Amino acid sequence: MHIGIDVGGTNTDAVLMDGRTTLAGVKNSTSPDVTSGIVSAIEALRAARDFRGDDIQAVMIGTTHFINALVEAKRLAPTAALRLGLPATRALPPLVDWPESLIAAIGGRSYLAHGGYEFDGRPISPIDVAELKGIAADMAANGVRSVAISSVFSPVNHDVETQAAAIVADELGDGVAISLSHEIGRIGLLERENATIINAALRELASEIVDGLTSAVRAQGIDAPIFLSQNDGTLMDEDYVRLYPVATFASGPTNSMRGAALTSGLETCAVVDIGGTTADIGLLVNGFPRETANEVKVAGVRTNFRMPDVLSIGIGGGSIVDTETAEVGPESVGYRLTSEALVFGGSTLTATDIAVAAGRADIGDPAKVAHLDPAFVQRVLDRIAERVAEAVDRMRTSPDPIPVVAVGGGSILLPDELPIFGAVHRPDNYAVANAIGASIAQVGGEIDKVYAVEPGRREEAIAAVRAEAVDKAIAAGASPTSVAIVDFDEVPIPYLPGNATRIRVKAVGDLAMEVRV
Amino acid sequence: MSWTLTADRIAELARGAAVLGTGGGGDPYIGSLLAAQALAEHGPVTVVSLDEVPDDALVLTVAMMGAPTVMVEKLPSLEEVIAPVHALGTYLGRPVTHVACAEIGGVNSTIPVAAAAALGLPLVDADGMGRAFPELQMVLPTLYGVTASPLAFGDEKGNVGVLNTADNHWTERIARVACVEMGCSIMISGFPMSGAVAREALVPGSLTHCLAIGSGITAARAAKTDAVAATVELLGGREFFSGKVVDVERGTTAGFARGRARIEGAESSLDLAFQNEHLIARSGDEVFVTTPDLIIVLDAESGEPITTEGLRYGQRVRVIAAPSDPRWHSAEALAMVGPGYFGYDLPSHRFDGTVERTLEEVTA
Repeated sequence: MHIGIDVGGTNTDAVLMDGRTTLAGVKNSTSPDVTSGIVSAIEALRAARDFRGDDIQAVMIGTTHFINALVEAKRLAPTAALRLGLPATRALPPLVDWPESLIAAIGGRSYLAHGGYEFDGRPISPIDVAELKGIAADMAANGVRSVAISSVFSPVNHDVETQAAAIVADELGDGVAISLSHEIGRIGLLERENATIINAALRELASEIVDGLTSAVRAQGIDAPIFLSQNDGTLMDEDYVRLYPVATFASGPTNSMRGAALTSGLETCAVVDIGGTTADIGLLVNGFPRETANEVKVAGVRTNFRMPDVLSIGIGGGSIVDTETAEVGPESVGYRLTSEALVFGGSTLTATDIAVAAGRADIGDPAKVAHLDPAFVQRVLDRIAERVAEAVDRMRTSPDPIPVVAVGGGSILLPDELPIFGAVHRPDNYAVANAIGASIAQVGGEIDKVYAVEPGRREEAIAAVRAEAVDKAIAAGASPTSVAIVDFDEVPIPYLPGNATRIRVKAVGDLAMEVRV
Repeated sequence: MSWTLTADRIAELARGAAVLGTGGGGDPYIGSLLAAQALAEHGPVTVVSLDEVPDDALVLTVAMMGAPTVMVEKLPSLEEVIAPVHALGTYLGRPVTHVACAEIGGVNSTIPVAAAAALGLPLVDADGMGRAFPELQMVLPTLYGVTASPLAFGDEKGNVGVLNTADNHWTERIARVACVEMGCSIMISGFPMSGAVAREALVPGSLTHCLAIGSGITAARAAKTDAVAATVELLGGREFFSGKVVDVERGTTAGFARGRARIEGAESSLDLAFQNEHLIARSGDEVFVTTPDLIIVLDAESGEPITTEGLRYGQRVRVIAAPSDPRWHSAEALAMVGPGYFGYDLPSHRFDGTVERTLEEVTA
């Protein structure tokens, strides 16, 4: 058995799973501290279905702690950003285009040094040891506790990042954390560097949170390994989280989509997650969320995180309904639903009232919406269905038909049949889909680099890249027999000679769990 | 009349440039940052109209050459932006007095701003095309006998070269080889012109126009009015299609992004053909508009311009056509930038859908 926990902004959901079967699921309020919310979630699970600590083989946790720390600019470590690339890139130093308040919150210091590579791996300039030692001394003098190191074209060759890390570590000592850009991001220097700086700023908090989570779980008599879910739906172990906290950023929507996939039995589908204020629509391809191809801004900082591509529209259970036009949202009564909606004795017509009036839900007092004109109710529901269908259509990448899965409390707003797409799938445990998603996550390895593919040797080059991705997945904890390539993308780069090609490969596998009899 | 360009207007300039870029020119983010940094460091840039440029001025264009994919990794430095300008001034034995944009689209509309700021030179409110085109020689000055050469190029390491070539074709060939060797992202400066020639050969008011489009979209959005309609009005064009992107086909051949996009409307579907920039818009046998007039794809609601690499299935878009500079409509100009040059067996169609009558035919 294993446990899945999703720590959201409002609720902490937990599930007890046996393989892919949900044995119990609970919903609790999220606590301001890490530990007590987890403790009460596990206790609630025990109350729902008793288990022994050593029955549990793994605990998987999805959390929004890290992204919240950044958005609130709290609990961030004093951080320095060091870029290797001189004489290139001088005009746009590290931390360029960051909000001033966030730079202040991380005590951000920016340094440029020699090093880095051209697109084909030729060095731009050799690293200068004396220069790096001088920079490290300045960092020490300014109380820097975490360092982000980036270099030009490090996805092609990262040797200088590693060398510079050794020099800086030597000068600053073991107490200082070092994050390297080639381990964190992909092509696109500023975005990769930004993600590395964010990671660096979160390193101290990561240790604190991992310690908190671990002690909460251990206090419940559970000795099983603890994993956190990443943005792309794969897992990372606690040691990895201490090094790469940034990888947990968007795990919330990912977990809800993966949970929808498991409970519905569909691997490729569109998922509509309707909450109180918005409907979030994403696509699952072979069981994994499709990622956004665009830059994502987090707390005002441009990044290229591996994030699920989610389209949010202002339709939720608390959305206010216009009594004239029959339009829904984007304004919502939000958490005040239980006092403001008509069925709860309030005076605002909400989408939930419409669902109750149509007999789709049994919430509050149906008598309070009995006066609504059935034709009007139908118009509102038709409009919701039409807009959701349009959003799903916008998200799919081809005109081929795709099944639609609805989860979340607000999914009662959807009809059984959606225009264009037909039947809507409604899985059983939709309320705790996030925790289920966290519990079934797999482990993966991704490679994204520009290669000079020699004529006639393409197959060879691709095979080497695929093998590299598989090794990376196994290193991350995947059982070797279960690893498969789930994503492959080959993009020739215009203008570049030597058949320069950007290759992206992602391999994933089941988490290698110790078999117990 | 001269005016001052400050850092707070760069975002609007970049948005306007993405509109006039007609799908090409790349993501102007790095170019905007570079310009904003240069303005912050060196102070605002004085922009002068073509009328104010003295006859004996020395005007040069400044641009980036290479792969946009490299530019996002090996970010430019200001030194490499200004070095070719200095080199060309030295080669010509005269001080450079003004900087101009070769094209008003994508990164090449903001890099000259950075150059002017760092050099402390005035920027001419003009450009060589009034839009964007994929090849180096496709500028109006070519029609006036101005050559790209002597052309200077530089990289971040301090390598600088000056080419004196037989024709623009050789400039492109030799510079491209150097570009690859220097790391695939270099800055170039060329098309030296006197003030008198610049006044005749460049498109006047490009920066003003570009800013007006950028701020027009921002203002329409703030006022919750139709940003696409505002853009159409500013361009003096027409909206001829709206629908959903249903298919995008791209390939990279001979150093260009070539492809097609299909947009499905209420009753018919539109085919867009592009080579970096949009070239042809047609539906079956009906041709709506072709190069050299402008074909621009905008997000249906926000009015945000969409580049060809940003086109994706499912986007709701509106497509507009707008007139290009009248000089692009001579027989000689059409031979350089008309549908035939790009391999389409089609007469050129104006933004209003009519078959082109060349400047010569109109005035005959």
